[in-house]
Amino acid sequence: MALLTHDLPPGPDYGLLAEFERVDDLYRACERVREAGYTRWDAHTPFPVHGLDGAMGLKSSLLPWIVLGMGLTGAALGFGLQVWVHSYEYPLVISGKPYFSWPAYVPITFELGVLFGALGAVFGMFAINRLPMHWHPLFNSEQFERSSDDRFFISIESWDPRFDAVATRRLLESLGAREVTTVGAA
Amino acid sequence: MSQPRTRLVLRPEEASIPAGHGLHRLPLIGGAIGILGIVGVAVLGGGQPQQMYAAWLVAFLFFLSLALGSLYFVLIHYAVQAGWGIVVRRLAEIGASTIPLFALLFVPIILGMRSLYPWTVPGAADHDAALRWKAPFLNPGFFLTRAGIYFALWSIMALAWSRASRRQDATGDLAISERLRRFSGPALLLLALTQTFAAFDWIMSMTPDWYSTIFGVYFFSGAFVSAAALLSLVVVLLRGSGLLRDVIGIGHLHDLGKLVFAFSCFWAYIAFSQFFLIWYGNIPEETIWYRARLDGSWKAASAILAVGHFIVPFFFFMGRTMKRRPLALASGAAWVLLMHLLDIHWLVMPTVRKGVAAPSLLEIAALLGVGGVFVATAGWLMRRQPLVPVKDPRLPESLSMSEA
Repeated sequence: MALLTHDLPPGPDYGLLAEFERVDDLYRACERVREAGYTRWDAHTPFPVHGLDGAMGLKSSLLPWIVLGMGLTGAALGFGLQVWVHSYEYPLVISGKPYFSWPAYVPITFELGVLFGALGAVFGMFAINRLPMHWHPLFNSEQFERSSDDRFFISIESWDPRFDAVATRRLLESLGAREVTTVGAA
Repeated sequence: MSQPRTRLVLRPEEASIPAGHGLHRLPLIGGAIGILGIVGVAVLGGGQPQQMYAAWLVAFLFFLSLALGSLYFVLIHYAVQAGWGIVVRRLAEIGASTIPLFALLFVPIILGMRSLYPWTVPGAADHDAALRWKAPFLNPGFFLTRAGIYFALWSIMALAWSRASRRQDATGDLAISERLRRFSGPALLLLALTQTFAAFDWIMSMTPDWYSTIFGVYFFSGAFVSAAALLSLVVVLLRGSGLLRDVIGIGHLHDLGKLVFAFSCFWAYIAFSQFFLIWYGNIPEETIWYRARLDGSWKAASAILAVGHFIVPFFFFMGRTMKRRPLALASGAAWVLLMHLLDIHWLVMPTVRKGVAAPSLLEIAALLGVGGVFVATAGWLMRRQPLVPVKDPRLPESLSMSEA
């Protein structure tokens, strides 16, 4: 979902948190919030919801490109290392094969490609999500604990250009939120 | 992007080919092309029986692999209780239901046994200790018995699963799904074993001194990726002709594209594993098989196969966009099917036509012959039933992904 950030809000409040009981309501609410033009907001669900990224209007992630780049780098490194060692730096005749025997290099090339790709995926995801992050203002809300259990939430940050403490609350309430609460920044 | 689909039911007539639709002519067109192809094979094949039978074997194996891949698809769907692909499962059932026909299309291979399989020639084992050792397995009587067993088991499985699924269209009986699921595990085991031995019998034994234990898996990998590609292609064509547009959605195309991507990689993994061990071991009785595929223009064919069957689909299907654009998905799928055809050609032809990889007119005629009959049968089956299992208990789950 949208990026969590370390940015601190200018005012005393982090923003508004709307709680939904049903995933369908959340889905529809996300579409409305997007259509209303908000940009600094996020949805929180206990499980992945198919198509929610589309409803929120999220752009596709940078992560696949990081993984592709890392994977190709790993494969090139693996292949290059073997060419350097076996063909130039310490050439040995092994079972009568030429010094440069590319088929023998494929397994290591493949494995290093996979390894680098996987590391790129994990640490790229951490970097993009700015993890590890040990505290977040949303944790001020007690209901928010249920975002990992049985409730669905939308949070809109107070420094969103369109944020208005009254109008935004009214919008969220009109979308079928069970409860809309103000979350403090501290 | 609209809200998630709430559609949960589908009437049989919404999933059937409407009256007057051009697809009703498929059996007729396929049949005509098939007859034309078979006549072409008979005319062009005069005087070169070995080339003729080998060309027929290529066409037979290509289309059989599509049918077998479809059967795998159906059985795996039940075994893992998959929900996403229910809307395309009926099309796979139709592909698998063509299998009994292949018993008939196998007849020319029986007639041409002596041209294709050196071990069937009387006296072949006299000067070949390996063939003498293999004789209890590689002898015409047992070979034909095995073929009979394969076709019987495959046909029973294909028809049992597709007929039960059609019965469910009428009754919506949940016990049918449950029973098919329970038997899908043992059925997959039987299919994997018989398909492995069929690949040994019909392709590997063309070079009877050569052996590769991974060969059955190799054939499976090509068959499964091609079945997924065929499904993708058929789905896009059906949508293009105005059918199932709000049933099979972009989410389903995306998933089919993922399968094609994944199994292209799987094919490459298996193909390289086979090559790698033989190359490393460097034992003449093993390397001779690859030697024949590096002679003359077969070397270029091998290179095209490696690049076209792996590198191209790998990068083409990697991104999200290509899998979600119907035209791109269909083009990629057609390319994979073409490469699978090259793969079968590359497996069969080097043993009967050394050094020359270019396909002959005979092979094209054989493809039209077998392909026409295959398309006619599939088209006939498509007319007789809804193209989606309309009462499957997991259909709502699958329908909910139409727009995902």
